[in-house]
Amino acid sequence: MTASLCGSRVKRREDPRFITGTGNYVADITLPDMVYVKFVRSPYAHALIKSVDASAAKEVKGVLGVYTGVDLKNKLAPVPCAWLVPTEPPIKVPEYRAVAVDKVRYVGDPVAVVVAESQAAAEEAAERVNVVYEPLPVVVDQEDAVKDGAPRLYEGIDKNTSFVWRLKGGDVESAFRQAEIVVKQRLVNQRLQPTAMETRAAVAEYDSARGEATLWVTSQNPHIHRLLISAMTGIPEQKLRVIAPDVGGGFGSKIQVYGFEAVVTLLSRELRRPVKWVETRSENYMSTIHGRAHVDYVELAAKRDGTILGLRVKTYANLGAYLTTAAPGVPTILFGIMLSGAYRIPAVECEVHGVLTNTAPVDAYRGAGRPEATYIVERMVDILAHELGMDPVDVRLKNFIPKDKFPYTVATGLLYDSGNYEETLKKAMSLVGYQRLREEQRRLREQGRLMGIGISTYVEVCGLGPSKVVRSTGFGLGLWDSAVVRVHPSGKVSVYTGAHPHGQGEETSFAQIAADELGVPFEDVEVVHGDTAMTPFGMGTYGSRTLPVAGMAIVGACRKVVEKAKKIAASLLEAREEDVVWEHGKFYVRGAPAKYKTIQEVALASYTAENLPPGMEPGLEVTHFYDPTNFVFPFGAHICVVEVDRETGEVKIQKYVAVDDCGNQINPMLVEGQVHGGITQGLAQALYEEAVYDSQGNLLTQSLNDYALPTTLEAPTYITDYTVTPSPVTPLGVKGVGETGTIAATPAVVNAVVDALAHLGIKHLDMPLKPEKIWKAVRQAESKQTTTTN
Amino acid sequence: MNGVEYTKEVEPRLLLVDFIRDHLGLTGTHIGCDTSNCGACTVIMNGRSVKSCTKFAVEADGAEILTIEGLASDGNLHPIQKAFWENHALQCGYCTPGFIMQAYWLLKHNPTPTEEEIRAGLSGNLCRCTGYQNIIKAVKAASEELRAKAPMASGG
Repeated sequence: MTASLCGSRVKRREDPRFITGTGNYVADITLPDMVYVKFVRSPYAHALIKSVDASAAKEVKGVLGVYTGVDLKNKLAPVPCAWLVPTEPPIKVPEYRAVAVDKVRYVGDPVAVVVAESQAAAEEAAERVNVVYEPLPVVVDQEDAVKDGAPRLYEGIDKNTSFVWRLKGGDVESAFRQAEIVVKQRLVNQRLQPTAMETRAAVAEYDSARGEATLWVTSQNPHIHRLLISAMTGIPEQKLRVIAPDVGGGFGSKIQVYGFEAVVTLLSRELRRPVKWVETRSENYMSTIHGRAHVDYVELAAKRDGTILGLRVKTYANLGAYLTTAAPGVPTILFGIMLSGAYRIPAVECEVHGVLTNTAPVDAYRGAGRPEATYIVERMVDILAHELGMDPVDVRLKNFIPKDKFPYTVATGLLYDSGNYEETLKKAMSLVGYQRLREEQRRLREQGRLMGIGISTYVEVCGLGPSKVVRSTGFGLGLWDSAVVRVHPSGKVSVYTGAHPHGQGEETSFAQIAADELGVPFEDVEVVHGDTAMTPFGMGTYGSRTLPVAGMAIVGACRKVVEKAKKIAASLLEAREEDVVWEHGKFYVRGAPAKYKTIQEVALASYTAENLPPGMEPGLEVTHFYDPTNFVFPFGAHICVVEVDRETGEVKIQKYVAVDDCGNQINPMLVEGQVHGGITQGLAQALYEEAVYDSQGNLLTQSLNDYALPTTLEAPTYITDYTVTPSPVTPLGVKGVGETGTIAATPAVVNAVVDALAHLGIKHLDMPLKPEKIWKAVRQAESKQTTTTN
Repeated sequence: MNGVEYTKEVEPRLLLVDFIRDHLGLTGTHIGCDTSNCGACTVIMNGRSVKSCTKFAVEADGAEILTIEGLASDGNLHPIQKAFWENHALQCGYCTPGFIMQAYWLLKHNPTPTEEEIRAGLSGNLCRCTGYQNIIKAVKAASEELRAKAPMASGG
């Protein structure tokens, strides 16, 4: 019975609190004597701060203090960046102050912070802080920012370029020399606003008697928050407790340790009162990180039979005004190494210019680098197919890494663990009825209707990651994870994980794993996460690493528990350890299964401790650190069918089929949920979402009125299916699935739309594919065709 | 509020959502935006669903309000709550109370909605995690469950 939990659609144990309104998010926390914070933010994208006058603000009833950047400068160290990618010349990291000292560099950059007895008083006072600015020329676009004469954000950072990162694998020059065809395309991967439904928030309380601070914060990685906030505030790590309670979505935007959170922590110590800060949505859009923001120049070399020979990419990545926690690694490491996609591409070259501009910082948003890489590869394969007059399926089949070649080293240096790309594609084709659709497309085209079929056969690198490898990329820490498995005297189990699920459902799936491994009932296992005072140091939840890394730490801990329990059982059964058999939560002597000791009995014996083998420590508890030997590589095939309204340019998704392979599945219900949500974010990039700045650096998409999140009216119904190719890397054969949908969907949708328009002579359109853009392109194509026929 | 009468003196500028959360401590009603787009703050006021960020607390003087905390009765989950749980219609849970309250209103109003009607009825609520598919499935399941429980109720 217990052995079948993994693989079952177990209902989530997180849900009862959420469906009854009894979840506990940071904004829900109220402490006695609490005070409230409001940041005063720059309305200019680039300006010198000439003076800050807080006198009128201080007159507002209930105001306790107003702090400027100058006031905080000596109390708070700069906000650190934790991923310094190795480049030549070395990466330039600008000083990033939580509150700007003498210059602001994007609209929303904080210039002062107000603390008051109530939120309303803090807000009122913030409006009365009088700041005199001297505006400076603004640069928003990364390609403009590297031009000679462009406004400069920092002294000493030439061309606003923080780094130029290069990757080269294989003989690229020779690939392009041998090419029978080279296709080139400029691709814009537009800036996105992550939009977790819960904005960021922090509550801090300082216990002056003990000299200890507690910070409740919207974090995907409480231990990393503790480490970096300790570094900024000077509160020693052991005196700082970080709790990330229920977190309302992150999608990468709650990985970063923000200056705001350090300010709140510091103020609780300064004022000796609990301090609360909750971001509004418009503040969230202004200064929580954004994602993507690439311009890519791509060249693909191939033979006329569709064999791909080489890929060359030059990228201008917009980093925004400052480098946040993981920012430099996203458009470089997480991007460049995935440019081979699912294909045998003998030579790959990539050059990434990391460019600072007067915009909000750009960092990891769901997929983080890998969607950008996949978009390039999957779009270019389609463009190549179109140029050669081949079916995009045939180009893919021709270039796939064959299933018998795994593990396979791609030109970018990664060792793909396992895969069967042809099988997922064929399964998706059969589910969608590919051949029939192509015939229908021909028929509809004759009627003047615009129907398109888009394919995306993605591979993702996740399960970040082997510490030795990630350290060589300049990441500040290793990327192992940890677990404590504590079997109590009653035989009940607490599992403490270093990860921090915030919607993914690991309170359930981790309990499934532990219950299976220990042979105890699911109900007897509690999963604890999110509190640095309770859980072992861990790296958190992002990069689809929670199951393949933190989950495997739990497996490792459970197996060590069983190992110890077996020794105790041998002693209780008066047998030699090698004669003891472990099965379904019981130990017995081989050949005598009737006389057994349960894991619960053994647990109790480990605490009564009088019958332990000589030299054994009492108790039944294990801490395990798991450092993976490699990344894992989920993959799949998504096929999207669209119809474009010729008159309005509107795209309607007719059908969406997703066949994913994330190895063995612990809880297929959770996998399906991740896939649905992931695809929705990916197709939203293709069709709707775009962060827009005007030339003066004003964010025009500063509210949900202007930033087009899909609703129930836009999101289609997905047909999902799976293949199972276990990973040889992880003990349970699992891979990650948190980002696959977002990675796969964007090119599937764009490929479908371009396919619908291809016969009109339209080869590419940049995202988001809004009706107006399509309508204009269709009109232009039609008028060209009319001119040609005339 | 959820069957309990409260008397409080409030500032005229206080929003209903802040009153519910900060003055009554009912933090199941959430805030996800500042432009009335997201629906995380949806409650039932005098039988109609409202985004409680669009109302002042004083407008609710004398009103009957139902929030997520008042939906289960005697420890029994409401069929909509149960359907959300059974159909994996939530992930981070932040938008969930708003969706459940909106679905509650929708099913009161139209006990037998088609998929299109469910989509239209929930289109003022935003979810970033689920892609909506399981939410729609849950509301459909809840409508069936509610009808099975009350076969004599009006057919909508």
